[in-house]
Amino acid sequence: MTSPPARPPGAHLPDHPDFLWDDPEPKASYDVVIVGGGGHGLATAYYLAKVHGITNVAVLEKGWLAGGNMARNTTIIRSNYLWDESSGIYEHSLKLWEGLEEDLGYPILFDQRGVLNLAHSLQDVRDSVRRVNANRLNGIDAEWLDPQGVKEVCPIVDISQDVRYPVLGATYQPRAGIAKHDYVAWGYARAAHAMGVDLIQNCEVTGIGTAGGRVTAVETTRGRIAAGRVGLCAAGHSSVLAAMAGLRLPLASHPLQALVSELLEPVHPTVVMSNAVHVYVSQAHKGELVMGAGIDSYNGYGQRGSFHIIERQMSAALELFPVFARAHLLRTWAGIVDVSPDASPIVGLTPVEGLYLNCGWGTGGFKATPGVGDCFAHTIAHDKPHRFNEPFTLERFTTGALVDEHGAAAVAH
Amino acid sequence: MQLIPCPWCGPREETEFHYGGQAHVAYPEDPSALTDQEWAQYVFFRDNPSGPFAERWSHSAGCRRWFNAVRDTRTHDLLSVHRIGEPVPDLGEKDEVVS
Amino acid sequence: MSATFRLPTGGLIDRETTLRFTFDGRPMTGHRGDTLASALLANGVHGTGTGIRYGRPRGIVAAGSEDPTSLVQIEQPFPEPMLTATTVELYDGLVARGLSGQGRLASEPDPARYDAKHVHCDVLVVGAGPAGLVAALTAARGGARVVVVDEQTRAGGALLGTREYLDERPSAEWVAGIVAELRNTPGVLVLERTTAFGVYQDGFVLALQRRTDHLGFDAPADTARQRVWRIRAKQTVLATGAHERPVVFADNDRPGIMLAGSARTYLHRYGVLPGTRAVVFTTNDSAYTAAIDLARAGMDVAMVVDARPVAPGVLAARCHARDIEVRAGHAVTGTGGGDRVTDVRIAPMPGTDGTADTVDCDTLLVSGGWNPVVHLFSQARGRLRYDSGLGAFVPGGEPPAVGVAGSATGALDFASCVRQGRDAGRAAALAAGAAPAGEVVLPVSDTRTDAQPGLVLWRVPGEPAEGAPDTRFVDLQRDATVSDVLRATGAGLRSLEHVKRYTTIGTAHDQGKTSGTITAGLVAEALGTELSEQRPTTFRPPYTPVSFAALAGRDRGGLHDPARVTALHPWHVAHGALFEDVGQWKRPWYFPLPGEDMDAAVLRECRAAREGVALMDGSTLGKIDLRGRDAGSFLDMLYTNKMSALKVGGIRYGVMCGVDGMVIDDGTVIRLAEDRFLVTTTTGNAAMVLDWMEEWLQTEWPHLDVYATSVTEHWATIPLVGPRSRDVLAGLAPGLDAGNEAFGFMEWRDTVLDVGAGVPARVCRISFSGELAYEINVTAWHGLAVWEALMAVGERYGITPYGTETMHVLRAEKGYPIIGQETDATVTPQDLGMSWAVSKKKADFIGKRSFARAENNRPDRKQLVGLLPVDPDLRLPEGAQVVDTDRLPQPPVRMLGHVTSSYRSAALGRTFALAVVRSGRERVGETLHVPVGDDLVPVTVTESVFYDKEGARRDG
Repeated sequence: MTSPPARPPGAHLPDHPDFLWDDPEPKASYDVVIVGGGGHGLATAYYLAKVHGITNVAVLEKGWLAGGNMARNTTIIRSNYLWDESSGIYEHSLKLWEGLEEDLGYPILFDQRGVLNLAHSLQDVRDSVRRVNANRLNGIDAEWLDPQGVKEVCPIVDISQDVRYPVLGATYQPRAGIAKHDYVAWGYARAAHAMGVDLIQNCEVTGIGTAGGRVTAVETTRGRIAAGRVGLCAAGHSSVLAAMAGLRLPLASHPLQALVSELLEPVHPTVVMSNAVHVYVSQAHKGELVMGAGIDSYNGYGQRGSFHIIERQMSAALELFPVFARAHLLRTWAGIVDVSPDASPIVGLTPVEGLYLNCGWGTGGFKATPGVGDCFAHTIAHDKPHRFNEPFTLERFTTGALVDEHGAAAVAH
Repeated sequence: MQLIPCPWCGPREETEFHYGGQAHVAYPEDPSALTDQEWAQYVFFRDNPSGPFAERWSHSAGCRRWFNAVRDTRTHDLLSVHRIGEPVPDLGEKDEVVS
Repeated sequence: MSATFRLPTGGLIDRETTLRFTFDGRPMTGHRGDTLASALLANGVHGTGTGIRYGRPRGIVAAGSEDPTSLVQIEQPFPEPMLTATTVELYDGLVARGLSGQGRLASEPDPARYDAKHVHCDVLVVGAGPAGLVAALTAARGGARVVVVDEQTRAGGALLGTREYLDERPSAEWVAGIVAELRNTPGVLVLERTTAFGVYQDGFVLALQRRTDHLGFDAPADTARQRVWRIRAKQTVLATGAHERPVVFADNDRPGIMLAGSARTYLHRYGVLPGTRAVVFTTNDSAYTAAIDLARAGMDVAMVVDARPVAPGVLAARCHARDIEVRAGHAVTGTGGGDRVTDVRIAPMPGTDGTADTVDCDTLLVSGGWNPVVHLFSQARGRLRYDSGLGAFVPGGEPPAVGVAGSATGALDFASCVRQGRDAGRAAALAAGAAPAGEVVLPVSDTRTDAQPGLVLWRVPGEPAEGAPDTRFVDLQRDATVSDVLRATGAGLRSLEHVKRYTTIGTAHDQGKTSGTITAGLVAEALGTELSEQRPTTFRPPYTPVSFAALAGRDRGGLHDPARVTALHPWHVAHGALFEDVGQWKRPWYFPLPGEDMDAAVLRECRAAREGVALMDGSTLGKIDLRGRDAGSFLDMLYTNKMSALKVGGIRYGVMCGVDGMVIDDGTVIRLAEDRFLVTTTTGNAAMVLDWMEEWLQTEWPHLDVYATSVTEHWATIPLVGPRSRDVLAGLAPGLDAGNEAFGFMEWRDTVLDVGAGVPARVCRISFSGELAYEINVTAWHGLAVWEALMAVGERYGITPYGTETMHVLRAEKGYPIIGQETDATVTPQDLGMSWAVSKKKADFIGKRSFARAENNRPDRKQLVGLLPVDPDLRLPEGAQVVDTDRLPQPPVRMLGHVTSSYRSAALGRTFALAVVRSGRERVGETLHVPVGDDLVPVTVTESVFYDKEGARRDG
């Protein structure tokens, strides 16, 4: 007779602190108003206060803090993007991730367990090797693994070659990993709040006031709030907000679904992504399998997707991981991702003075949280882009200087 | 899984359809006469409202016909469908904000 | 071992069948009809595992899928993690063990099959309790096509856990009568062991049927173990019942503490007593019945502790008649014990007189009221409202095409439940277009309705002693306590979603079925707000966990995105080809002879094509038949060059761009008639190009008279390549003059091949290798025969089959790009050096305007060039980057481009590569470097054409 261990490893998470933030009434005016209390908005407020000493800042959230995509993503963190522009900002972010726990004084559970991006065809192999080589020259840790190497990193991947999508190899970024999303958001929120930032929940922005080509205020469900500068960090809702200031964005908002299993003994030591079969999966800290599906094809703001996407996701996952057969789907949900034409973000100035844009992250926003928070805060503070977000202008769609990351990003960033 | 009322075949499961984005964005009469900004608007910029949205679908695993539809992007409910060439429905306020 | 807590009679179990099972290594027995939980209880076992955080013993709390604690791991017949003992039907040979919160996946593949089935109906009824059965019968008698799904092994719902009489008959008889009538009604489907787990738009409901799990080792291998029912219902009636809600108090987690209604279910459905001596703690009338029933069955029920100031008179009198003390105005404030509860501490509620007391017992039954099961209702976008009398969220506004009936509405009495069932069934049938429903006579129960309203009590007042750990568990599976909730609100959290994340309440296997409402109540209490102002956290599918394999269904292995093969595929397999996946197709990669590696095989195949004759299977190329008056002008818009000028009988190569000016495909266009073209596409893009054409034709230019039809699979396509190809063709096509004069390059001819009774063929003089070549097209049906005939005729010339790798080498030697290999959606025709294929004359074509953008006119765009490694034996890795330094600086290193294709060439006698390089064409002659491993390899930039630059070989 065996009795189960009293407390399985990793089965519970560190406690949150006794105090997080309070719930202030909005003031009449702020130097900077950040619209959107998700990871990006909170991180931006944090770096505005910490790096630039700008603390008369409000973060406005229409629901509850970090309740949008921040609460709904699969928490993959990596920087192995193809183009210099992308690897610049994502690697900047990854470096910040590496010191973030200490920086925030919050257990964000950043776990550098590595990410495998599988290749299933000869062209996948060429593209993957190309990306590995580019990553290395950009100073990003990247390796090309053959199928046996894949098996060594993740023993449960089926590498037999007679299957529909054989694993021909994978790129591997050892420094990549996952973190615990709520802890990250709350760490930023608590630290920003401690430096004087007002976190205002249940406060939906209904209008953006401008005068003489300059932003002056935001109208909200809790009244008018004057603002010297306004930064939009609203992910899927960016188009709707930008329209309030007369801006049209090249974005489409799509539902993106994810799912989680029950808690399982450790079987999956890394993160595996496969664009060809639309799978990305990791085993989170408590033991649950966290998986992302492909985006639903149509525009949608409904935070719900179609179940056939989940079913397809399951069959694809079992092709790669036959041992998952009797794992159970516990919960499914959807976020709303704002997808840009080149699968790269738009971060920078707008034609409206004092209005700044951070959007278009598609499925890749979580991993960029510290990096974009830092760069966007810089952009707002100096009215000038940080060098890492300089390429990600809105104008690139006019000049044609796109940063096409479809190859590296595909469904899953 | 949603039912989409193909104007030719009737309601069919959404897996039979292919999404085509915003409807009624005409290919410019003379692209060479457009500024780079105007051309970029055509190539990359589309409405992305939260609310009723006129969009295109193709019944790709059925009759393979394209048609236009108005769908509420908040609920995904199809409000109406239109054969190609039928008049553009009035959407009222386009960029309606979810409240 | 005898099952000591099994009553000699009663229950819906088959006492004739004894099933042996093992739990935590201990052999036990039970009966068919048991769940693992009921069998364990019959054996006196309450404890099933330990809490995930504090390691405290945990036991069986409920009798159904709402159970928060009885997690088990199935080990035999096949490992399955994290089931609740309350939902595992017992079978012979079952081996299971208790869990503390993490299950174990099998390391072997699951041998079971899974499938899915679609069903359409007028009325779907979820739940076969009294309300659901009446709803279903009402609809069915009205002529509606009805599907009834129920989670349990048999219909009856809550009746299974009572000894109620309906119309003076045992309720089971009434249930059986209705089920029999439903089953005998054409068009009605009754599915047991089937859990509706998700409600989606337009009446789409997914349900999981467990078909063979209960058979254990006897499950037939050829029957799907589980089936997903994809139900499309015009109307849905949710009769999903209610879950009993516990009350939170100190040490409320000990094994032996259960929900009162569940204990009653164990008694009546399984003939099992939960222990020997019980205390019942309640806030409402329903638990009195449990106390009385258990006492009648022989259990020593010591006391009913009622938190309400006054006990219900009649029920209290019935208790007294059985020597059960009723202590009103009191509550349980704690329990004693270790692996099992041994005693209960009670104390008067604040404001009530009384004395604290300790009562010995081994069972504590708890009832805090009932929560309607509104999960599916909420998923269907039904609005919920808080009912302060019930202390529960109830349906507050039905969405279209969804009705609710029975205790899922919050109704507590039988008469209301069945009346609602009838009303909902009738309304659904009418709405679905069935005839007015026939009358169903509603049964009358002998059970009295509640005399007195319940008290809403989330937790028993009182705090843990200073410094003592809080043992008032709100979520037993997540080991989260009242203090955790208060710590969350104290930390500044106001939203229930935040509290849930702070405490992890509701995130476990049971998704908070018994803890969610209590948490909401505690938060409202702590914040001093009304619960009606709190929005409950979202109910998300699935209602209960569903295995990955069930959702994958048959879409596995060979049926997961089935591969496409050509008409010639069997020949390739028989001749030892290795295959490459291109799009959905299997294409021969190369044909190694015994002992050959890929390099050797490819060199041999290339040599044959350049020096003799070779052939390949080109059938996977996409082929689109384009007809209509305007086909030519349509192609002019689609391709960068002018196709309308092509003469009938001619062939032209074309490049296709997106509106952004980037290359998306290429291929040949042949003109069959004034109003008819055949367009070929790359293998991977055939569907995309057809869709692209139809999109433009239907949405943009519907006035054009053009019809596009995919004919990819109609044709077998065989490029016959090499200086001797004309000889081979001559041997097979006696009627065709294949000489250069009569049959020029980029022309096509129809002929009849001397194969069998004569095979009509279309022969195209195109070449993707630079050699004299004929592309032979025959209907797929004749493909194999023609291929074999070519092999036979060509034998004397050493005809050699080749695959995609050799094709790639041959075209690369000629500098022909492959779309998707040399291009990556950032490459224009000009970048590829194909300005010659971009019309200057046409006013417009798709993509043309984008060529004028600033970025397209930068001098440092990446351009297609050739690279020759200075070391002629060194083959550059494809995907290697190109730099302009011979010593790598610290990163980031400026990259000029990358190697897109790289081969060993038989014709050149050396290695070579294609690459896209910044300002590449200006750099021809320069030496650049390519990092390979730790080395920097010098390469010379060349033009992209390596072989036969004059094009002399194409005419043979």
